[in-house]
Amino acid sequence: MIRVVLPYHLQNLARVGDEVQVKVGHPATLGAVLDAIEAAYPVLRGTIRDHGTLKRRPFVRFYACQEDLSLNPPETPLPASVINGSEPFLVIGAIAGG
Amino acid sequence: MSSVRVLVGTKKGAFILTADGKREQWKINGAFFGGWEMYHLKGSPVHQDRIYASQTSGWFGQIIQRSDDGGKTWSVPGGGTVPEPGESNKFVYDGEVGTHKWYDGTQHPWEFKRIWHLEPSLTDPDTAFAGAEDAAIFKTTDGGATWKELPGLRAAKGHLWQPGAGGMGLHTILIDPINEQRMFGAISAAGVFRTDDGGTNWKPINRGLKSAYELPDPNADVGHCVHRIAMHSSRPDVLFMQKHWDVLRSDNAGDMWYEVSGNLPTDFGFPIDVHTHEPETIYVVPITSDSEHFPPDGKLRVYRSRTGGNEWEPLTHGLPQENCYVNVLRDAMAVDSLDSCGIYFGTTGGQVYCSPDGGDHWHAIVRDLPAVYSVEVQTLP
Repeated sequence: MIRVVLPYHLQNLARVGDEVQVKVGHPATLGAVLDAIEAAYPVLRGTIRDHGTLKRRPFVRFYACQEDLSLNPPETPLPASVINGSEPFLVIGAIAGG
Repeated sequence: MSSVRVLVGTKKGAFILTADGKREQWKINGAFFGGWEMYHLKGSPVHQDRIYASQTSGWFGQIIQRSDDGGKTWSVPGGGTVPEPGESNKFVYDGEVGTHKWYDGTQHPWEFKRIWHLEPSLTDPDTAFAGAEDAAIFKTTDGGATWKELPGLRAAKGHLWQPGAGGMGLHTILIDPINEQRMFGAISAAGVFRTDDGGTNWKPINRGLKSAYELPDPNADVGHCVHRIAMHSSRPDVLFMQKHWDVLRSDNAGDMWYEVSGNLPTDFGFPIDVHTHEPETIYVVPITSDSEHFPPDGKLRVYRSRTGGNEWEPLTHGLPQENCYVNVLRDAMAVDSLDSCGIYFGTTGGQVYCSPDGGDHWHAIVRDLPAVYSVEVQTLP
């Protein structure tokens, strides 16, 4: 199971706490964990990635193990410590707006 | 005794204000969806406890919320079986996305940003229409679980529509209560459009509008910056309009418009509405100019015409008459249907005002909300 930390507003929308766990098959990639989040919490479809294009929304960022994965392609493998559950995958609402 | 429920959308959440028919003592509920921009909430006329709400965010996009118990609880429509609740957030333009006119005169692809306005059907609680930015109309027939564009609107010379500073949003949807196949839509910086077949085909209805500075061609079909239109349910062929500048009316369902600004101190403004029991009594809130979005002389005045325009009187009793520099946005005025018609409006300063006597006397229901985007009122038995 992969641990996922969601931003405050998406926690409220999905009616979950600050961390959820999702099951991701092989290969465990950036795109696969996003697919798994949306499958487990369909209400989050369109809030992290655009509904039509599946592009990351501009003010949403992805981090894991101190690394910014936001600009990586969907097929990027997740870090081993995220896959084994020792580190969470972070979905962050970017600091924006002044 | 009858009661009222006022649905308020603000920059940082939604609020529901309730009172009995006297409209003196108010209960404030909220914030719902705190921190989100709540563009619009509106109840179904045939199932008043069903309320649709547009929840948006620059971070997380568009969410549609629905309540079936008058706003006590909310959920994203869908779920349990297909469609999943995430489909209710899916607003995808039909077919080829196409292009509209951009600020530099080139063509630019349509990009969905948010839902400005929700208009429930007059007869079916599961059917509603949504006005989008970039301008388009979407329809649901399953209570908001899924939405489909009615592309005929953008086919009405959409390639010539150009956004203004406030964005190119479909901000007004009016349904003819006598002939539900006829609807009107108004779009910022594009104009007014009408369908006579339930939304399949639309045509511009902007003859008579004059926008000398921003649109020099007096015969232009589209491009007028219409801020709001309103109708009385008993006379759907009579429409009233607050344009960027000018207040106008049409007596033939928009086929021709003529100006009724008359003695208004300024004819710039955003909302316009019609008294529930007097089809010729209309209300506007004059704003100084397109450069100064606050009331003239710092005095918040609603203007009422009892003659369908041209002859206007200021309504000031209970409204601030000095140092007031708020604005009233286009979707932030509403009327109830009690015997003594109540008029409501919200301001960018967070006040929501009520007049329980058609505009003669006003009081603030609440003073310190976030900037008010929209106000709707339901009259409950």
